[in-house]
Amino acid sequence: MNQPHFTYEAEGHTLIVHLPEELDHHNCSGLKYETDLILSENYIRRIIFDFSRTRFMDSSGIGILLNRYKQMALSGGSVAIYGAGSQALRILKMGGILKLMKLYDSKEAAVTG
Amino acid sequence: MSEQNKPEILKMELEALSQNEEFARVAVAVFMARLDPTLEEVEDVKTAVSEAVTNAVIHGYQGKGGIIYIEVTVEGQELTVSVRDTGIGITDIKQAMEPMFTTDPDGVRSGMGFSFMEAFMDQVEVKSEPDKGTAVIMKKKISR
Repeated sequence: MNQPHFTYEAEGHTLIVHLPEELDHHNCSGLKYETDLILSENYIRRIIFDFSRTRFMDSSGIGILLNRYKQMALSGGSVAIYGAGSQALRILKMGGILKLMKLYDSKEAAVTG
Repeated sequence: MSEQNKPEILKMELEALSQNEEFARVAVAVFMARLDPTLEEVEDVKTAVSEAVTNAVIHGYQGKGGIIYIEVTVEGQELTVSVRDTGIGITDIKQAMEPMFTTDPDGVRSGMGFSFMEAFMDQVEVKSEPDKGTAVIMKKKISR
């Protein structure tokens, strides 16, 4: 439970955010601040959220994803997702996220776009 | 009352800290295992509990802490989960339950908490009184 919540990886102008096992209010708290910091110091055109570790997600996860989507949309960037399991997928669908972010099977596919 | 229909009850009092959100949903999930639910039913209940407890932490107690009272009852195949706080309460319950309604100024809350509770449970009842607190009572029939 005490592992770092998010890990970040940059590939060119793409930022990959590896999400935690439990994407809830508690674990989401640092994401806005941390990504704001990265976005202010780097030229990022695309954010990719990696769900492959995530086993649980609730509406707090939807809130933060919508927030990051709006941030990227403002600067003409894009947001994508890969690795979502069945629970996360249901929540992503219900929260309308799949209308905004493209879903990929693998990291490679998401990076290539 | 036959042995099978005797209600079984779990009562928990948790500090309203965000790190207890996970504990709450996992504890309810473990307790409901006796109903032999499907994985999807467990996920439904976990999500609904997470939403209700998060609301108590963020809204009921405004992040300042307090006690969250959780009561889970299993009667036959019916699961009832009550999540109660003694926080600030809700002035306009109807508005609070509207999809996408949020009081969050930072734009990170989706406003979908109650919608998710209603989507994942069969029945959601909200009782609230300003300055007294809020109780969310959710029911779900577990198929088996």
